[in-house]
Amino acid sequence: MKILVSIKRVADPDNASKLKVSSDGTAVTSEGLEWKMNPFDDWSLEAALRLTENAAEKNARVGEVVLVSIGPNDEHTQRIIREGLAKGAERGILVEADEGNLDASVVSAILKAIVDKESPDLVVMGKQAADGDSNVAGTELAEKLGWPVINSAMKILTSDDGKTLEVKRELDTGVATVKVTGPAVITTSDRILQPDSVQNGVTPDGHQYAKLEVGGRYASLKGIMQAKKKPIDQMSLGDLGVDTAKSLNYKKFELPPARSGQTTFVEDVADLVDKLHNTAKVI
Amino acid sequence: MANVLVVAELLEGKARKTTLCAVTAAKQIAEGTGGSFDILSIGEGAGAAAEELAGYGAGKVLKAEIAGGYTCEKYAATVAEAGKGYDVLVACASAYGKDLLPRVAAKLGAGVASDISEVHTDGGKLSYTRPMYAGNMFGTVEILTDKQVVTVRQSEFEPAASSGGASPSEDVAVQTDPAADKVEFLGVEVVKSERPDLGDADVVVSGGRALKSADNFTNVIEPLVDALGAAMGASRAACDAGYVAPELQVGQTGKVVAPKLYIAIGISGAIQHLAGMKGSKTIVAINKDKEAPIAQVADYFLVADLFDTVPALTEAVKKL
Ligand SMILES: Cc1cc2nc3c(=O)[nH]c(=O)nc-3n(C[C@H](O)[C@H](O)[C@H](O)COP(=O)(O)OP(=O)(O)OC[C@H]3O[C@@H](n4cnc5c(N)ncnc54)[C@H](O)[C@@H]3O)c2cc1C
Ligand SMILES: Nc1ncnc2c1ncn2[C@@H]1O[C@H](COP(=O)(O)O)[C@@H](O)[C@H]1O
Repeated sequence: MKILVSIKRVADPDNASKLKVSSDGTAVTSEGLEWKMNPFDDWSLEAALRLTENAAEKNARVGEVVLVSIGPNDEHTQRIIREGLAKGAERGILVEADEGNLDASVVSAILKAIVDKESPDLVVMGKQAADGDSNVAGTELAEKLGWPVINSAMKILTSDDGKTLEVKRELDTGVATVKVTGPAVITTSDRILQPDSVQNGVTPDGHQYAKLEVGGRYASLKGIMQAKKKPIDQMSLGDLGVDTAKSLNYKKFELPPARSGQTTFVEDVADLVDKLHNTAKVI
Repeated sequence: MANVLVVAELLEGKARKTTLCAVTAAKQIAEGTGGSFDILSIGEGAGAAAEELAGYGAGKVLKAEIAGGYTCEKYAATVAEAGKGYDVLVACASAYGKDLLPRVAAKLGAGVASDISEVHTDGGKLSYTRPMYAGNMFGTVEILTDKQVVTVRQSEFEPAASSGGASPSEDVAVQTDPAADKVEFLGVEVVKSERPDLGDADVVVSGGRALKSADNFTNVIEPLVDALGAAMGASRAACDAGYVAPELQVGQTGKVVAPKLYIAIGISGAIQHLAGMKGSKTIVAINKDKEAPIAQVADYFLVADLFDTVPALTEAVKKL
């Protein structure tokens, strides 16, 4: 099974409250914030690695994971691709682009060009990028390819090398189960990090992965060493010949208004109830 | 002048509240640009839902009856075809809207502004404000394509009130899509609850990792939830641990809520959790650790052990 995983670099999401706006109000400034792998892509990478390994045997890869990142061709983007390679992906592709020229239409057009070249069985993506929080690129990619998309997948089962997959996806009101015939795009939910989220027909059924709290697996020392030798193809938008017309233009950025009140530390339950009932008048 | 089509979201043959939030946004767009709006009722039971949706002042209600479970592949072609005559397509940024509308947008070659919190119609020119970076930045965006696709954040748009009247209805043809044959809907476990929906409750009580078990949610959190007539929410840690179902998650990847009162119990207040609740009017934190980051947004903070405090709070609330 060959899987394409898209990874975006984002300004450290855990410190997003430190972001600023440029003096003319037209750009977000993330100075001083480290570039990180979009955590949602880290989760989808974990799903892709599980689909392409025999987890019962150490380092037993049974498929190929190709990473694609679109962004500036610099040390930060390269480091993030290496991080994915160190976790186990086979190779990387860096499509050079100025971040200001990207939106979901452009990203999905670029990813389509890569899919056309690489012919993967699946594309596994984060459901959203932690900077723009859009939730758009995966579904647009699927439509551009004429493929199905399964958004917010929490469980993926296949026994025929990804040709057909049974996927559970999260809804607002419960969980739906669908059977998909690949090739397909899958975006993943938080629950894809659960110990039993993936069955690939190779890893013994019932295998339980270690519980992951925050993100996907850590790279092993060996993985980090191997990643140094794994190839990263670099290409430009011109090489891919895609339409790069943006469909969105951000005119203005603003910081959210601060919450007005100060925190009142209440004494006890009686004090809390009194404040909520008589001061805030919310109960 | 923008003519707007609202894509309704049906659950078991009825329009979800999310639809009415999208109607509110559609009205703002239509009124601000001198246009009008229609509603597309689509899915199983679209006909009956269309009758209900006829009371919200739309020019007309289109209906497309599609049997069986929802997949975006099954609906998108019909929505795109119906949407051809409109300038803006609007749905709620629920799991449904986020799944369906980008597929429709790609069919129409339209740009998508997702999860918007505000509509602007300055001089008839549309732009939208949307939260980004887990609510730490607001961007105002214009869509450059001829057609525009928008999903709206439920907590930022009051559900439209019924305006009486009866919009005429019209059947639209259901379109096929080869991609739809690639997805077979096997079933859905719909979670039924007597409680208000997280999306539109006045009071939300959420529990975190500190609850330590599903039983404690049942025995400690639920009585307070019910005493307040609230909806129940949770942190990701509590959902991941299986204490409660995933659809109760509040935050960047879960639901975004903005009730009058939000009570966070045993929740530290990670940036991704705050993303889903910091728009609440009054925020209460109950936490052992007074340094917990939830203090950044809490109006009232009770430093205490939840297991001692919450049952007492429940009793006190019952006596009000
Ligand atoms: C990409 C990404 C997206 C995410 N999306 C979300 C999201 O949508 N929603 C979300 O919630 N999280 C999300 N998270 C996870 C988030 O970062 C935190 O890990 C999570 O919110 C922590 O949950 P918690 O507050 O319940 O647990 P903890 O952080 O462990 O906090 C538990 C709290 O309980 C207190 N406590 C312990 N015992 C008691 C007691 N007996 N009485 C009173 N207080 C007690 C502690 O002092 C502590 O403050 C996301 C993370 C990432 C990386
Ligand atoms: N510049 C990029 N490079 C690689 N992948 C991207 C990029 N932008 C978006 N994506 C992918 O698209 C997903 C959804 O992003 P979005 O629609 O922007 O929220 C992300 O989780 C990424 O996997």
